[in-house]
Amino acid sequence: MTDVLLPLMIVAPILAATLALLLGLRYDRAGWPVAAGTTTVLVGMAAALARAVYPQIGGEGGRVIHELGGWERPYGIELVADELSAALVVLITLVSLATLVFARVAGPRGNAFYAGYLLLTGGVLGVALTGDMFNMFVFLEITGLTTYALVASDRAGASAYAALKYLMVGTVGASLYLIGVGYVFLATGSLNMIDLRSAIAEVGYTDPLIQAGFAFVVAGFALKIALFPMHTWQPDAYQRAPDAVTTYISALVSTAAAYALLRVTYTVFTVEFLARNDAITTGVMIAAGISIVAGSALAAMQTDLKRTFAYSSVAQFGMIAAAAMIANETALLGAIVHLLGHGLMKFGLFLAVGMLGLGYGVETIDDLASLARRAPYTTGAMTVLGLALVGVPPSIGMLGKWYIALGAVESGAAGDPAGLAVAGVIFVSTLLTLAYVGRIVEQLYFAGVDETGHDEGVHAADGGVAEGDRVAEDERAADDSVGLARPTEGAPEVPIPGVPDRVPPASLAVLVGATLVAVGLGFAGFLAFELFEPFIQEVFAYAGR
Amino acid sequence: MVVADVLTEQHAYVTFTVLLCIGLYMLIANDHLVKKIIGLNLFQTAIFLFFVASAYVDGGSVPIIPKKPPAGEVYVSPLPHVIVLTAIVVGVALTAVGLALCIRIYTEYGTLRVDVLREVMRDEGTLPGDEPDEVPTVEDGGESA
Repeated sequence: MTDVLLPLMIVAPILAATLALLLGLRYDRAGWPVAAGTTTVLVGMAAALARAVYPQIGGEGGRVIHELGGWERPYGIELVADELSAALVVLITLVSLATLVFARVAGPRGNAFYAGYLLLTGGVLGVALTGDMFNMFVFLEITGLTTYALVASDRAGASAYAALKYLMVGTVGASLYLIGVGYVFLATGSLNMIDLRSAIAEVGYTDPLIQAGFAFVVAGFALKIALFPMHTWQPDAYQRAPDAVTTYISALVSTAAAYALLRVTYTVFTVEFLARNDAITTGVMIAAGISIVAGSALAAMQTDLKRTFAYSSVAQFGMIAAAAMIANETALLGAIVHLLGHGLMKFGLFLAVGMLGLGYGVETIDDLASLARRAPYTTGAMTVLGLALVGVPPSIGMLGKWYIALGAVESGAAGDPAGLAVAGVIFVSTLLTLAYVGRIVEQLYFAGVDETGHDEGVHAADGGVAEGDRVAEDERAADDSVGLARPTEGAPEVPIPGVPDRVPPASLAVLVGATLVAVGLGFAGFLAFELFEPFIQEVFAYAGR
Repeated sequence: MVVADVLTEQHAYVTFTVLLCIGLYMLIANDHLVKKIIGLNLFQTAIFLFFVASAYVDGGSVPIIPKKPPAGEVYVSPLPHVIVLTAIVVGVALTAVGLALCIRIYTEYGTLRVDVLREVMRDEGTLPGDEPDEVPTVEDGGESA
């Protein structure tokens, strides 16, 4: 019975999107209830699916398969949920629901927005659940199309330009993927992922068509997940999109593309292909390595908060791509954990940035000066998530990086110099991440204002402010001194006593929840190992044959 | 002559490559946003051609089976055709969204030329990535990669 869940999870949000538009003809505010209702149901479905897939939480375990229209593999299209995709589905549905809480106050309002939002949810769920190469292209394009529209839903002209740029780059990426699928289809005559796995082995891993196919597929995904030279759409899109949209797409859209990269690399082309084509894997690893360093370095140079975190995504996805190419069990586990963890952390960080923007008009790092006094809970959560992004234990960010780095060292010990290089690059990137997160934290807690009301961030940088100074500053802050960020007009207020933050209360609860999960999952290393063990085992068992 | 052989026997794939390159070049080098979208369309059309050409079977007929199929008839592969149909729909939707965005940009800035647009946005202070640390060529070259 559970296999019916798979098509339902994709169809329900897409149908609900039309429902939001139709009801919108009669009721002005129909969008949010429809979206909230649908995503709540989706969370329930995801829970049921996870229960069926993971034996650890009471299910039978193993993959859930649904053949669309009753057509068997390899003729029909399959929807498949295994350990990896089920984890992504849970992340997608939870983030969708949580984003809606913020979108209710932050906007963009209007039924068209919620229709696009539901379509996007259906698209990323489709990417996670499909078992067919061409079907994956279609879902990637549904995801892409709605993302372009949502990025442009901000009123400013700059967001339309950012969206158009994203459209062109994203379309080229998806088209390159399609060419890759074409080559593989030409060589094997199949499109089903499971079927292709044996078909590719039959044709031979060093067949030029297969190699070209893999190269095109990876080039396409590199554009979609924003690896270094192809990353420029991402900061623009993230910066110019409305806050709620940035929160959603930063957590899920590139994550879905990176998931697709893992899925195609491991399920379709298999570890054996990576082992046989050393030149290709080394090439991708070099690109990923450059991404990791360049993304972190560019992030450290930014002044705009959203751009900082967007460039940081370039580095994190570089890490995932590198881990995918290292292709040993530890690194693959790291890639999966980091994929999920990065989605969670970026969701929280962009949510915090959006909330601070809503309450205090914050956009750049300089705007953050001493905000910790005005919004201790929001900025506190932001700090914790930022440190998680650096990789301070215990946090999900540390766990993912740890496994990736460990995998890289293992591969280096096995005689692959590229592995050691990746480990070194991750170390450098962690330092750079600490540099920009540290700058944000320093602004939040230590940059004060002097008597004239000017920022004193520079003064505070040399070793922090003395305790007496801080008290004096607190007094000045109390009588509303000039330099401090003040709540914007009409900013929502938390009606809880003792919480001075001027942010939407429900979003604050979501943010704190996300932060706690990000920290709590830091202890879940063994659980992650257990959950993904069957998937990893299967991937590597196939290589052994 | 190998080149002549390729040109005569594999002309569909040669056209695919040429169209692909022309489309990509237009996308990168043209300053006009609508022409960029036309380049994108050309790029996608090349891929359609690639799929249709791959379906070709020597002496095969249209893959629509009549009520009483004549014995021994050969058909071209229908699957790539179906794929291309879907891809065309996706392409149309993309073009529509792209043109809609062009209209938004035109009403906002009064131009569709990228160079003018960048100047207007720079004056306005909303040029993406206008921080002093950024190399402008990277912004331009992003689409090329």
